[in-house]
Amino acid sequence: MLSAEELDIVLLSVKVALWSVVISVPFGVAAAYVLARREFPGKSLLDALVHLPLVLPPVVVGYWLLLLFGRRGPLGQFLEEWFGIAVAFRWSGAAIACAVMSFPLMVRAMRLSMESIDPKLEAAAQTLGAGRWGVLLTITLPLALPGILTGMLLAFARSLGEFGATITFVSNIPGETQTLSLAIYALWQTPGGEAAAQRLCVLSLILSLAALLLSEAMVRRTNQRVKGYDAKR
Amino acid sequence: MLSVDIHHMQGAFNLNAAFECGAGVTALFGPSGAGKSSVVNAIAGLIRPRAGRVVFDGETLFDSARGLHVRAGRRRFGYVFQEARLFPHLTVRQNLLYSHWFDRTLYSASDFSHVVELLGIGELLLRRPAQLSGGEKQRAAIGRALLAKPRLLLLDEPLASLDAARKQEILRYLRRLRDETRIPMIYVSHAVDEVLQLADQVVLLAAGDVVASGSVEDVMGRPDLRPGAGLFEGGAVIETQVTGVHRGDGLIMLGFDGGTLTAGNTSACVGDRMRVRIRAREVSIALEPPQQISIQNILRGRIVSVDAPGGGSVIVVIAVGSATLRARVTQRAARQLALAPGVEVYALIKALTLDQRVDGMPLNIQ
Repeated sequence: MLSAEELDIVLLSVKVALWSVVISVPFGVAAAYVLARREFPGKSLLDALVHLPLVLPPVVVGYWLLLLFGRRGPLGQFLEEWFGIAVAFRWSGAAIACAVMSFPLMVRAMRLSMESIDPKLEAAAQTLGAGRWGVLLTITLPLALPGILTGMLLAFARSLGEFGATITFVSNIPGETQTLSLAIYALWQTPGGEAAAQRLCVLSLILSLAALLLSEAMVRRTNQRVKGYDAKR
Repeated sequence: MLSVDIHHMQGAFNLNAAFECGAGVTALFGPSGAGKSSVVNAIAGLIRPRAGRVVFDGETLFDSARGLHVRAGRRRFGYVFQEARLFPHLTVRQNLLYSHWFDRTLYSASDFSHVVELLGIGELLLRRPAQLSGGEKQRAAIGRALLAKPRLLLLDEPLASLDAARKQEILRYLRRLRDETRIPMIYVSHAVDEVLQLADQVVLLAAGDVVASGSVEDVMGRPDLRPGAGLFEGGAVIETQVTGVHRGDGLIMLGFDGGTLTAGNTSACVGDRMRVRIRAREVSIALEPPQQISIQNILRGRIVSVDAPGGGSVIVVIAVGSATLRARVTQRAARQLALAPGVEVYALIKALTLDQRVDGMPLNIQ
């Protein structure tokens, strides 16, 4: 089956992807809600910012992350001094890179599901005494739950495959930042590494497929629970 | 009790609504697109009008001059929407108690069981809205609004998306609600029969303006309201009481101080109060009491006025006892009979529109 090395690579990839989702979910839900339900000046600018990682070369994102989160970068210093967390060339940095790169995908799924909620339901909740936060917590978020889960799983799958920003930001250090894609790349560069790279490619296919199938099943289940019927979107 | 004076613009649509309403049921009546829903949304606090004031029981809820706008959740107005708007992720029970999440003091077990009993929704409590029929949804939505202990109940065409049988079912519950809870209601509708069955007062809205307001009898009797004007047909509304029931013929006798009317009905009981609407075009006039005629309803009265709204016909207003009847006849007929104020005439009525207005619930509706 899997060699110890391969298992380590898979576990590291999953750890990085999971943490990237954990980091980005609060921001993702907030951005999706604001974009779906609020009107304010500069909304289109925020929209563009959210989508930026989708169109920007990943190398550029990685480079900027290095500037921001590096030892001498403003955010890097802050994290180091206040929380004792170093992210440059560490797996936590890889998680940040994945979080940024998968953010547009996550927000898109969440936003779509929030936009599909009938605003009339939210108005009805208001007439029953709910304020802005009450409506958000009791109507909008529960009804958007299938979309929120979809967004999380898409971001997870996207994080598993992140390459450009990660390698630029945290480099390719075996056992620390070498996730599946980086390991495949490294093996491909090594003479005689093709067979091992092939194995990792199949592994990565299985992982991604499993994530997508799981997402499908979860969405169907929550839809049933949330809306009382089987709505596949 | 509620005083509304608002101005609002929505695209090219201009709304200017000023009216007062008191206890009981006030119908906000008018054709689609008249601005009824905008008025109700402004009262509820869901939209903020351009200008004006909304005052309830001395409490100002909206005043553009002072920049005051009490948000919907703080107004304590119940709102029943056309499409029920139950929350799909909650059970019926959770829907009913939704308002209590925001105000724990609202809960009272006896209120809950009373509302559940009043609306007959005891068996639905554990279901999800997706498993309910249209009528059941609407009953649950009414219950949800009631359990928020509203000071005023707003109903925006709550029957519009239901079929005829369900309409009657919900109307029965609404009548019961009106008579038992005494919560003032604003009832939006474009259906005359609903207004007749429920309302005490009518505010008539057309193209964003209040055309008329007052008691049902007064507003429905206005001769300038006729089909084609996009509104309802002018006529008279008379309050009567059942004085006799002839089950074999399927007829009942309705007494009022101007005489007795005969109408078809199989479920009324002696003593029931009934509201009768008589369209102006269904009333003919004779100077002598006619003999050997199929028409059952012949009332003696005295002409109060003869109005000519145009179109080749005249509206003859006839005082019958303390009630007022209206008859639409051709100008030529009016000339031939020399109809004029003060003349004693016989009004012949072909058909009556009956509406049962009983205290409590009519138990034997068939």
